[in-house]
Amino acid sequence: MELPNMEYMMRRRCDSAASVPQFTNSPTLIVMVGLPARGKTYISKKLTRYLNWIGVPTKVFNLGQYRREAVQSYKSFEFFRADNEEAMQIRKACASNALKDVVFYFSKEHGQVAVFDATNTTQERRVSIVSFAKEKGYKVFFVESICDDPDIIAQNITEVKVSSPDYVNCDKDEALADFLKRIECYKQTYVPLDDEKDRHLSYIKIFNVGSRYLVNCVQDHIQSRIVYYLMNIHVTPRSIYLSRHGESKMNLLGRIGGDSGLSPRGHKYATALGSFIKSQHIKDLKVWTSHMKRTIQTAEHLGIPYEQWKALNEIDAGVCEELTYEEIQDNHPEEFALRDQDKYRYRYPKGESYEDLVHRLEPVIMELERQENVLVVCHQAVMRCLLAYLLDKTADELPYLKCPLHTVLKLTPVAYGCKVEHVFLNVEAVNTHREKPVNVDVTRDPEEALKTIPDHF
Amino acid sequence: MVGTSFCGFTTTPPDLIRTTLMRDQSPERQNKRLRATVVEATTMSTMEVGMEERPSNSATPRELTQNPLKKIWMPLPCKNGLPEKHISQRKVCMTNCPTLIVTVGLPARGKTYISKKLTRYLNWIGVPTREFNVGQYRRECVKIYKSFEFFRPDNEEGLKIRQQCASAALNDVRQYLADEGGQVAVFDATNTTRARRGTITAFAEQNGFKVFFVESVCEDPEVIAENIVQVKLGSPDYTNCNTEEAMEDFKKRIECYENSYETLDEVLDRDLSYIKIMDVGRRYLVNQVQDHIQSRIVYYLMNIHITPRSIYLCRHGESDLNVKGCIGGDSGLSPRGKEFAKYLGQFIKSQEISDLKVWTSQMKRTIQTAEAVSVPYEQWKALNEIDAGVCEEMMYEEIQQHYPLEFAMRDQDKYRYRYPKGESYEDLVQRLEPVIMELERQENILVVCHQAIMRCLLAYFLDKTAEELPYLKCPLHTVLKLTPVAYGCKVESIYLNVDAVNTHRDRPENVNVHRTTEDALQTVPPHL
Repeated sequence: MELPNMEYMMRRRCDSAASVPQFTNSPTLIVMVGLPARGKTYISKKLTRYLNWIGVPTKVFNLGQYRREAVQSYKSFEFFRADNEEAMQIRKACASNALKDVVFYFSKEHGQVAVFDATNTTQERRVSIVSFAKEKGYKVFFVESICDDPDIIAQNITEVKVSSPDYVNCDKDEALADFLKRIECYKQTYVPLDDEKDRHLSYIKIFNVGSRYLVNCVQDHIQSRIVYYLMNIHVTPRSIYLSRHGESKMNLLGRIGGDSGLSPRGHKYATALGSFIKSQHIKDLKVWTSHMKRTIQTAEHLGIPYEQWKALNEIDAGVCEELTYEEIQDNHPEEFALRDQDKYRYRYPKGESYEDLVHRLEPVIMELERQENVLVVCHQAVMRCLLAYLLDKTADELPYLKCPLHTVLKLTPVAYGCKVEHVFLNVEAVNTHREKPVNVDVTRDPEEALKTIPDHF
Repeated sequence: MVGTSFCGFTTTPPDLIRTTLMRDQSPERQNKRLRATVVEATTMSTMEVGMEERPSNSATPRELTQNPLKKIWMPLPCKNGLPEKHISQRKVCMTNCPTLIVTVGLPARGKTYISKKLTRYLNWIGVPTREFNVGQYRRECVKIYKSFEFFRPDNEEGLKIRQQCASAALNDVRQYLADEGGQVAVFDATNTTRARRGTITAFAEQNGFKVFFVESVCEDPEVIAENIVQVKLGSPDYTNCNTEEAMEDFKKRIECYENSYETLDEVLDRDLSYIKIMDVGRRYLVNQVQDHIQSRIVYYLMNIHITPRSIYLCRHGESDLNVKGCIGGDSGLSPRGKEFAKYLGQFIKSQEISDLKVWTSQMKRTIQTAEAVSVPYEQWKALNEIDAGVCEEMMYEEIQQHYPLEFAMRDQDKYRYRYPKGESYEDLVQRLEPVIMELERQENILVVCHQAIMRCLLAYFLDKTAEELPYLKCPLHTVLKLTPVAYGCKVESIYLNVDAVNTHRDRPENVNVHRTTEDALQTVPPHL
């Protein structure tokens, strides 16, 4: 494609929903605000995972970790007393080190968003962060979590604090008691974001785990997306079940794509899946499929109403649709090599890339966040993308995640991450996973290209 | 990747399948997998969200058939011959029951603006929505508006009439949501007292509707004055008044409401679902969002603004495939197309637009066009032309030759028809939704796109139905300048004086699958 080369042309790829329009280019500093055990770290990690998945390089800077490095062993809550001057010095130094690292992340590591995860409960601290950001040309967006429900706080402490490195030598009750005293230390000086005084700041205040939100002065696209995301997540316990369709006729032949039906073994799997789901006694299970025959046939065996999402369709392999890997190597050897060089960004001619997939799956992820118990019956590439989001995998790992046929993944959010259980339902199927071959050069022999293709009929 | 464990978890809840983990270290061993014992259910679990009576041990899946129009796989009708209704063919079930959106706020706070805009958006994304403006009911009832005195809180007769109008409107709401297949109704009135809102909530509960309040609070006198000028002075109420009189009267009208105004309260109204918009979007308070549709409404309301701006829509310059009469593909510009691009650049310059953003698709012809505009541009894959699947790069004559059935079905329902291995206009709307959302956030913007895309975008801005959308006229080499004004959009069409083929094919008279080739090709535009 010959296009005139003009220096002042800034041409950037900006694919639909997911990536941030490239021209709003000041980095953004997200600043968490709130007493301990209000979910700040949970929100920080989850938000960071989401932003990275949609293609916005983001990193968390957790002040607690800096403190643990500075003060090798934690003794007690006394460290956090408002009148403990020595500790105050250490804590201030940690904060400024963290901010230094933020600068490095933005200027040298191409970061776009940094999440400063600390209590930031005083006006004074927030003012200094705002002037730091202004000086550097960063935008600031505050996320304050306010919670006065003692049950939620106790639950938080049990889930993540008691097992923290700070309390490795304490028993549960000691840890709980100390942590509650720690919270008291902060309460004395806590000044929440103020409707009047802070009306020029950009922020979202989250009340009681999302029953209410106050949003002030959203400046740009990324802040709007962050607000939308934060307003859709919840902490109600639930499980997400991911599965591919049952083995398809195309799978048996080693062909990619297409819209074929299930093989006999595929039908058997679907029946087994139905039994498995029944045995799980899942409350209010939602079932989602793609628009392709094989996922729908699989869902039909479940006996539960299901919803079809076009966004869950398998990656479009364009000119390579319905070919075997051998045929792709024969007909499009260069494309085949390019794909091995960068499987995430490679787009099939007249088709899609994994990167495109992530963009079209974003509304699915948003809705998955809103939902509770869901079973998603989808396809290999799609499942890899969803899994990468749920398990925080990088763009390089994503296209090689193992998602074998006839295996259900049960994901249960726990603490700051996700517990994964693999359940193979005991029905044999072909392997469809192709590892990255050693030689990805466009000049390689067919033999080297085809080295890692899985067996087929 | 194999195995469990994150944060040291190794126990599985008791009702799970028992699994034996086998650590799988190398690719060769990847076929040796976890074995699981499938526990046979002894009792059927109740499917709460089932809504369907199927025999509990019916594990026989139904045969699938592909709907020839939308290319959607559906189970064949069940034994009693009725088609299955429970399979949702929509993208996602937005909500399980109808939603009543209730505006709240003093006059001239933008309630009707928000109502109309929200209604337009929801209809465009496929959620049947209608607004019910109580002021209109009042105008029908009280044929002639005399003065603000009608709204005085001590005007008993006035109050009675207003109450009746509100009831009439709610009746129509009930009919729309319960009988006419509507999913969302927007009840546009001041609803400034807690008592009134209580009545509405009770009405909704009675009928099984969810309620979501949208309150607009604004104390900026300039904004209010501007509102009054833009939409009140031209209202039927003031046809016989001059500007000052109308302004005066309206201000007194507002005062009638002020004393009894009870804003949504954080404490008193904490169990209601609502969004409070303050100062035209500077601040939002969002409370108890119940479901997907409310979440989308909140997101939309938080992205719209009223800063004056213009949206320029145009197609790429004429392409080589256009000239041949072929659809789709990824060809470059024809010589005339290149000329158009040049003129487009000049036109844009002449408009002297501040901070213009330019968007293109990822197809060569839109990018080539944008290159001539000399402004940095962003490429969106979502703006790519509709995928015609197996018909890509064919002329209409070839489509008729190879796929006469498909060609006829497309004419029968052009909005919902999906090309085999391709897309439908309905699919396009879904993929354009993030573009629309971002367009709402932006200010001055030029979108260089394609015929089907432009039709979808235009339908959104000009509130066109799904039936009209695929036949909107979007000729080549013509720029549409859309400027939001009052409750709608002013459109200016600027033809840049470079000839191009016509690519608009009207719906032919005969859409029957057995029609003759001649009938099918009757409306095909001429080409080389």
